Amino acid sequence: MDFKLSKTHLLQQELYRKFAEEEIKPLAEDMDETEEFNMDLLAKMHKYGLMGIPYSKEFGGVGGDYLSYALCMEEVSKKDGSTGITISVHTSLYCSCLDYFGTDEQKDKFLRPCIDGSATGCFGLTEPNAGSDAAGQQTQAVYDPDTDEYIINGGKVFTTNSGFADYCTVFAMTDKSQGTRGISCFVVDLHQKGVTISQNIKRMGIRAAQNCEVTYEDVRVPAFNRIGKEGQGFKIAMRALDGGRIGIAAQSVGLAQGAIDEAMAYVKERKQFGRPLSAFQTTQFKLADMQTKVDAARLLTWRAALTKDSGENYSKEAAMAKLFASDVANQVCREAVQLMGGYGYCREYPVERALRDAKITEIYEGTSEVMKMVISGAMKVNAK
Amino acid sequence: MKIVVCIKQVPDTNEVKLDPVTNRLIRDGVPSIINHDDKSAIEQALRIKEELNDGTTVTIVCMGPPQADVALREALAMGADEAYLLSAREFGGSDTCATAIIISTALKRIGFDLVLTGRQAIDGDTAQVGPQIAENLGVPQVSYAEEVTVNGKEVLVKRQYEDRYHMIKVQMPCLLTALQELAEPRYMHAGGIIDAYNKDITVWGFDDLKDGLNPDDIGLMGSPTRVVTSFGKMQKGAGVKYDVPAEEAVQIIIDKLEERHLI
Ligand SMILES: Cc1cc2nc3c(=O)[nH]c(=O)nc-3n(C[C@H](O)[C@H](O)[C@H](O)COP(=O)(O)OP(=O)(O)OC[C@H]3O[C@@H](n4cnc5c(N)ncnc54)[C@H](O)[C@@H]3O)c2cc1C
Repeated sequence: MDFKLSKTHLLQQELYRKFAEEEIKPLAEDMDETEEFNMDLLAKMHKYGLMGIPYSKEFGGVGGDYLSYALCMEEVSKKDGSTGITISVHTSLYCSCLDYFGTDEQKDKFLRPCIDGSATGCFGLTEPNAGSDAAGQQTQAVYDPDTDEYIINGGKVFTTNSGFADYCTVFAMTDKSQGTRGISCFVVDLHQKGVTISQNIKRMGIRAAQNCEVTYEDVRVPAFNRIGKEGQGFKIAMRALDGGRIGIAAQSVGLAQGAIDEAMAYVKERKQFGRPLSAFQTTQFKLADMQTKVDAARLLTWRAALTKDSGENYSKEAAMAKLFASDVANQVCREAVQLMGGYGYCREYPVERALRDAKITEIYEGTSEVMKMVISGAMKVNAK
Repeated sequence: MKIVVCIKQVPDTNEVKLDPVTNRLIRDGVPSIINHDDKSAIEQALRIKEELNDGTTVTIVCMGPPQADVALREALAMGADEAYLLSAREFGGSDTCATAIIISTALKRIGFDLVLTGRQAIDGDTAQVGPQIAENLGVPQVSYAEEVTVNGKEVLVKRQYEDRYHMIKVQMPCLLTALQELAEPRYMHAGGIIDAYNKDITVWGFDDLKDGLNPDDIGLMGSPTRVVTSFGKMQKGAGVKYDVPAEEAVQIIIDKLEERHLI
């Protein structure tokens, strides 16, 4: 076992780092202020392959793996958490549903334009009354045999990317009596009649991400758009979220590493009591602790990615990575602000934004409590 | 049409420091990059290829140590079609003259319609290799290219000069040396990186080129250049700009010269 990245991964890391430095960093502060995502940036991310990393070339993807995707998520999130989640929801929540469960015809129609073009996807699972308890779906899809269509009615909340996305995987009850096994997954074209998308929800962090309420009123979708069988929706959502958590873990690592990099530069420059802050042992030890935690989080993240890439079950590894890395991101970003004092608290310095962005990593794609349910479940703690 | 771009892997001079004692570049631990002018040449070649869209190909040639492989992968990931690495112990220590001999020998075997090189490499700044290759190949050359337009068998080049531009028409086969301003390089494509590592890079050593190479002309022994000393640049003071009528300007200059007892 060695901890070195392969040549392919190293060169990809170089690309993602350069892209983040030159294309994302200059926009991040303004996107946060205006709560708008820059559409030119989105187009560039599509152009250079950042929106289709772990998908096969056959459908226009990059042909990379989950480790490549984690590297991208870290580099991008070092500069901007909002851009990180934009890539993540598109890649590991929307595209993965099609990649895992779509037929070749469905992949051609709904995956290819999203990884080989400019179309963007989102993922509509959470509802006002179905958060951690995602099985409690109230959105309904009723089959109309006359037209071979489903008619969708209901409301989703917190659908990231919905502000500009073209497609959404929407989860809806097709058979209430079956409970979790009564949920199905549909690709909905968001430009179609009956779909209403709210303004970007006002939030504490990742403010440039476009995270809206989406209501579906008599939205007709061809049966062709159903991914997997009827009743497979919950399974599809959980599979997608397992992979998504690796992306969020990597986003957390990026936010934390970015904050360390900023704080390092600052403590070398800033002088108090006649010396740079970096000369104080408390500063040195704090940074040593911060970097150690981030390295541990990164290793857990890479382990989860490699486990997934090897084809083994990785639910537990992904949940552990997300649980740990999201906690580290919050601790480390908070300490980075502390190291930089009043300036760290100001919007002019990116650690202020990183601290606000970090909080969400403990909430979305399953809260930290839900991660512990997944991990303890896999450990069979409660089994006889 | 076949475009060949010659590139060099150089230390990233943004990260390089001079050894205060020997005045030589400290290369240890410094990341390597594709020389800026050369990267702009790659971009120009790719644009010509895309514009013509007629099966035109872009081939990259690099002479350097085995580690230069990554520079070629980067060029492939930007969209180049094939790559050659010229690497051999016998080539080590070559100056610009010997380097140009080795590269032109390779180019004769590879074949070309248009050869692009960078103007100069940031670790040597000689600007000699491109023109020397053209001489060895016996093809016309235009250096300092800032704009390039291909028209059939003809290339129109806007050549930057100190105080003017030259517009030069040249027939292919020919060689151009590119300025960094010629074309802003694109990023690698993420999928291009995967493809780049699935491709074979042709590595040519001395034996592969020996039919056209005289061993006495290459390497350290074949290099006529002798570096006597190297030293850091003296920092010039910032100049002062006067935006005044000619009469006044003349007076200012005379005053300055008198002040320093030069006149
Ligand atoms: C910015 C943002 C982006 C999002 N993007 C998307 C998206 O793109 N698509 C999508 O479908 N959803 C998205 N979500 C939704 C997100 O996944 C949910 O908010 C999250 O799963 C938690 O659900 P909830 O907010 O309803 O909280 P609740 O489920 O109400 O939880 C509240 C608290 O109770 C705890 N809790 C709940 N049940 C238990 C239990 N059994 N034991 C112990 N503690 C428990 C939780 O851990 C949490 O701390 C997004 C949310 C946000 C804020």
